[in-house]
Amino acid sequence: MKKIGTAIILESLMEEGVEVVFGIPGGVLIPLYDEFYDSEIRHILMRHEQAAAHAADGYARASGRVGVCIATSGPGATNLVTGLATAYMDSIPVLALTGQVPTTLIGNDAFQEANITGITFSVTKHNYLVTDVKELQNTLREAFYIASTGRPGPVLVDLPKDVQTAETDYKKDIKINLPGYKPTYGGHPKQIKRAADLIISAERPVIIAGGGTIISGADEELRELAELVMIPVTTTLMGKGAFPEDHPLSLGMLGMHGTRYANYSVMNSDLVIAVGVRFSDRVTGKIESFAADAKIIHIDIDPAEIGKNVRVDLPIVGDAKNILSSIINTIKIQIKKEKTKDWLVKVKRWREEYPLSFEESGETVKPQYIIKELYEATKGEAIIVTEVGQNQMWAAQYYLCNRPRRFISSGGLGTMGYGLPAAIGAKVAKPDEMVFDISGDGSFQMNCQELATAVQNDIPVKVAILNNGYLGMVRQWQELFYNRRYSGTKLGYLPDLVKFAEAYGAFGTRVTRKSEVRSAIEEAIETDKPAIIDFRIEEEENVFPMVPAGAPLDEIIGGN
Amino acid sequence: MKHVLAALVENKPGVLSRIINLFSRRGFNIESAAVGETEDPRISRLTVVVAGDDKVLEQVTKQLNKLIDVIKVSDLSSDGMVGRGLALVKVSVDRETMGQIIEISDIFRTKIIDVSPKSLIIEVTGTDEKIMAFIDLMRRFGIKEMAQTGLIALARGAKATTIKKEG
Repeated sequence: MKKIGTAIILESLMEEGVEVVFGIPGGVLIPLYDEFYDSEIRHILMRHEQAAAHAADGYARASGRVGVCIATSGPGATNLVTGLATAYMDSIPVLALTGQVPTTLIGNDAFQEANITGITFSVTKHNYLVTDVKELQNTLREAFYIASTGRPGPVLVDLPKDVQTAETDYKKDIKINLPGYKPTYGGHPKQIKRAADLIISAERPVIIAGGGTIISGADEELRELAELVMIPVTTTLMGKGAFPEDHPLSLGMLGMHGTRYANYSVMNSDLVIAVGVRFSDRVTGKIESFAADAKIIHIDIDPAEIGKNVRVDLPIVGDAKNILSSIINTIKIQIKKEKTKDWLVKVKRWREEYPLSFEESGETVKPQYIIKELYEATKGEAIIVTEVGQNQMWAAQYYLCNRPRRFISSGGLGTMGYGLPAAIGAKVAKPDEMVFDISGDGSFQMNCQELATAVQNDIPVKVAILNNGYLGMVRQWQELFYNRRYSGTKLGYLPDLVKFAEAYGAFGTRVTRKSEVRSAIEEAIETDKPAIIDFRIEEEENVFPMVPAGAPLDEIIGGN
Repeated sequence: MKHVLAALVENKPGVLSRIINLFSRRGFNIESAAVGETEDPRISRLTVVVAGDDKVLEQVTKQLNKLIDVIKVSDLSSDGMVGRGLALVKVSVDRETMGQIIEISDIFRTKIIDVSPKSLIIEVTGTDEKIMAFIDLMRRFGIKEMAQTGLIALARGAKATTIKKEG
């Protein structure tokens, strides 16, 4: 059957089960957009391409499926770059379709031409420039396959205008041939046996669960292993939700702003079982002293992560779910739970001695209090999306997350402006869930135009802005390490956020007193509209505890 | 420590720039890279010489393997290998030096591929050490210009970096 390029694109998206795409059209995309005009696929018109990439990313994180974003050639495509880099760092399956000038004009500096495949080499798992319509169907199939398998990641397909309009045969079934791409899923049986031996004989084990645990869908296996051997579990920011945070074995988050008890546990352990983590500097602190007395088992699907940052005693390459369930089967018969009893007592003591804490003072609105109230008001059942900075860390510390794919945050790249568009994507993926973007006044202003997208498309996301008038995290570092010289961090002028919300047709309210916090949250929940709460918080509140950059993980300041 | 890696890659546009981009992004110190088609025209072979310890070598290998277009990577320096490079050296000559240059060239078993009254172009092939030694000897005659390929290498014996044919 003959089809033109744009029809092949739509057909391929349907075959992959795509229901929604986030994008903005442009000159070279008019043929493709003409196809969307009467397609069953829902197109959500964003206000900035960066937001389209973040929305696709948020959709992917909430649903586990590939998120699709579309941008035109040149500036449209370059605007995607931050969004792709965000998805790449956090291993999120995103497909970006970009328009390109006709093949005859490529290289001529044509109007709105940018070499987007060249530009995105290092922020995509793979990318393609399709120069022949005959390759189009195959390329799209490969793109979906690469994005969603192995260690997932963003894939970009660049579509010249003449390829979109050219005609070729469309086949129902095509085979993928990627000789250089064969992800490993099963762990090596010998390594699994060794891991089981180490786990059984450990006296002070701790599990560090990362984003890979969630991607793999290994949360149940993780819990089974932890309960079977009685091992305390800490998660990275990306791993939040991989293990129920209200579980007695949960230590919450580790790292720079992790709980003291999580960091102490890791540093005093004799065995670290790391599942789907990449040992980022925010997690390890000073690398040489990280868990110095512990053997490290590293389970990851990406062999390049093994030994990249920390020394690993026992690597197991493969899918976390498979590997954990094999380990469980191996140790089930021989485990003695009492082995970790003394260790758990010690961990419990740290937990009691150094809980997360903040000072309340009168009617001052404390950000930590807001998050706790938000947790109560939503019964811990909201999907939380964050921006980046203090808001992100307070959200991670105080909004307990008990299930995977419900805490959505730009972990690796740390992209301010991520939250609102990602919340839109998450809400589109999970329309029946409450989606809250925990934001700061700095981050919010980086993609606040997307409120129009939310209102126009009836996507009622809620935004809690922790407004302190500063780029708060940088200000905090300036306070602690630069003698309070607040260079470039005072935002000074901010539009009236309530009027801002109203101008966009959303609901807006302001909170200046502690006693108003709960009712404002409830109002925002009750309205059918997208909602913004402008929380005027204590200006110089800091995120504690804190491990200064480059310090050992147990040299902690603040928060007890 | 120097390592020689051979990578089989898909013979497609942009593959080399992907690889070069990877090296610069990850901060790998690459001494040379040479690429050319293999016996199978769909496959190219890339030979890289990389400086660094075992940890660097491991990362280079793994990161190369992560590229979708890279099919296979082998460390040739771990076993026996033969490696050759090629250099074209344009040397200044006059009546006095001509004889000496030709004599040295003979010892190195090079080829003189272009002759003019004031210059010679000499083609030298061999290991990096041999080429460097030759170039050093030519310096005193005055090298007008020169061009050098990166090292290419194969494992000794029957062992080969090839792709298993499927089916």
